[in-house]
Amino acid sequence: MSDTRPSTPHGLFSWLGQLVLYGLFALAIGVFSQWPPYHPLGAEQALIKLSVSHVGKPIGECRKLSQAELDKLPPNMRFPEQCPRERAPLTMRVELDGKSVLDRVVPPTGLSKDGASSIYERLAVPAGNHHLEVSLNDDVRPGAQTYTRSADVTLAPGQVLVVDFDANQGAIVLQ
Amino acid sequence: MWRALERGFDAAFGAACNPLRHLGAIGFLAIWLLLASGVLLYAVYDTSVAGAWRSVTALETWPLASGRLLRGVHRYATDVLVVVIALHIVREWLHRHERGVRRFHWLTGVPTVAFAAISAVGGFWLAWDRLGQYSALASAEWLDAVPLLGAPFARNFLALDAVSDRLFSLFIFIHIGVSLLLLFGLWFHLQRLSRAAVMPPRSLALGVSLLLLVLALVAPVLSQPPAAALTEPVALDWFVLWLHPLTDASTRGVTWALVAGAMALLVLAPFLPQPARPAVAVVDPANCSGCERCFDDCPYAAITMVPHPQPRVGRLLAQVDPDLCVACGICAGACPSSTPFRGVETLVSGIDMPQLTVDALRRRLRQDVATSTAREPLVIFTCDHGASASAALSEDTSVLGLICAGQLPPSFIEYALRDGAAGVVVATCRDGGCEFRLGERWTAERLAGRREPRLRARMPRERLERVQAGPGDEAALAAAVARLRERVRTLSIPSN
Repeated sequence: MSDTRPSTPHGLFSWLGQLVLYGLFALAIGVFSQWPPYHPLGAEQALIKLSVSHVGKPIGECRKLSQAELDKLPPNMRFPEQCPRERAPLTMRVELDGKSVLDRVVPPTGLSKDGASSIYERLAVPAGNHHLEVSLNDDVRPGAQTYTRSADVTLAPGQVLVVDFDANQGAIVLQ
Repeated sequence: MWRALERGFDAAFGAACNPLRHLGAIGFLAIWLLLASGVLLYAVYDTSVAGAWRSVTALETWPLASGRLLRGVHRYATDVLVVVIALHIVREWLHRHERGVRRFHWLTGVPTVAFAAISAVGGFWLAWDRLGQYSALASAEWLDAVPLLGAPFARNFLALDAVSDRLFSLFIFIHIGVSLLLLFGLWFHLQRLSRAAVMPPRSLALGVSLLLLVLALVAPVLSQPPAAALTEPVALDWFVLWLHPLTDASTRGVTWALVAGAMALLVLAPFLPQPARPAVAVVDPANCSGCERCFDDCPYAAITMVPHPQPRVGRLLAQVDPDLCVACGICAGACPSSTPFRGVETLVSGIDMPQLTVDALRRRLRQDVATSTAREPLVIFTCDHGASASAALSEDTSVLGLICAGQLPPSFIEYALRDGAAGVVVATCRDGGCEFRLGERWTAERLAGRREPRLRARMPRERLERVQAGPGDEAALAAAVARLRERVRTLSIPSN
């Protein structure tokens, strides 16, 4: 029986061919596994990250129950004060150099709207001096406080400035 | 275009070791190398914020560059895996293997693509250098586009002191846990395949392994500076981390749509309109001896052996699962009752293809040889998925097309010669190029007498020409026919 394999490679040609193909594959793998270098930010850019995750204040005041109301409740549910579970949405406004870059109202998460409201935004800005105005409101009740922060910042190229809210301090922090 | 590429690679590697025909097996080789190197890397890895970068960087100081080799092989095997997965998908799609019975393999392959991608990206975070930090943060920001968590995941990476040791346990879970899911997914992916290749041929395995070792030494994978503010460019692995710059250049919504769209396309591809499935193999209990040859040869594990309805102790009957049968006919070629020498008017085989029965093949063969006016008629058995015999057609040739060359019982060759043919050509696809995975291999082994049913030893081998002629190899087939024609002429000249 004659057995024909039309493209059975022979000797030098086969070795050279394999060498070239392996070499090209290795070159592609070796090069593109680390080149070209990637600049996550432009050479003269900095980044402002607005990152807040905060549970707003309850949407209403707590109310003391009357004795008659308490008596209607099962004994194990007779809490003297009843507070609304739902939380206020988070309202955040940011101005950079006098220009509004963020104006957002974020509702609370959760089926009962009692979870945290989160804001996460990246703002790529030119490096250098900037004036930042940040205001944050987490309360819809009358006379509620709005947290504000005004700052002049100097951002180096590649620097990341994080704007966050520290609930313990009750203040907008820049870090 | 793909066919031309495969033929080009055939010229250098030979069809049997063509890497484009062993993409899945090369992927498995990469996984074995990743597992082996990964176990060693994990043994020295420090799962803490302070120790992660230090422990990975310490690999560079290992003697005889062994640490660099280890890390380099691990990284470059990942890149090779990504490339071969992409090529594997393209090849299978071009061959329309997402359809029919093979839909199972296509669909079970889809999650493994996601697992491989997640595990690969997660591996970069473990080094916790500038690249790892960038990738972790970019991945977290990308995931945050879908509101899965109460608070943005990216907040974990806002400041270096916000990153905790516990986060590295999550990284480990993603990198190793998802890798285990990948292996589990691949186990499913290989179900319904008999003799699935989880290692490429030896020369190819050596070549790929050597390539990784050379790469690890020539272009060592080094840690970038430890995680800090993103003030410097990062040396990005574009094979694995391409999604990050693409997201930076567009939006998270765009890349989510891109990824979700690609995955949806992969999932939906098998359900797009396709031609009707061909009839599957049919078993005739009266002619099935329970010899298990079809069971052994079926490439898709579509045949099981069950107790034969005839009450004989230990006798078995082949049973075809129509959901697994790809209708290749290799079982009919393996069946001993497919021999055309049986003295029955209608040849009924133990297992046969309704669209091309061995009886129809025998009738056609008899008719062609009987009606041939040529002095030395030649019979050419071709595969419907291989080279067309149109270039080899002439007055002395008779072409009998088969669903797959593996459908041919070897006894048909001897039968053709006894019936008046002067020579027989059997055309198979190239090594590893069979549409049904194993047809060309089984045919070669049967004709060489290494596999049942064997071509009988006394069959005049000089009147048989086996040629590997896949699609596009028409010239090779025609040349083989011409060669056989010349040879049988020589044989016909009486010696003095």
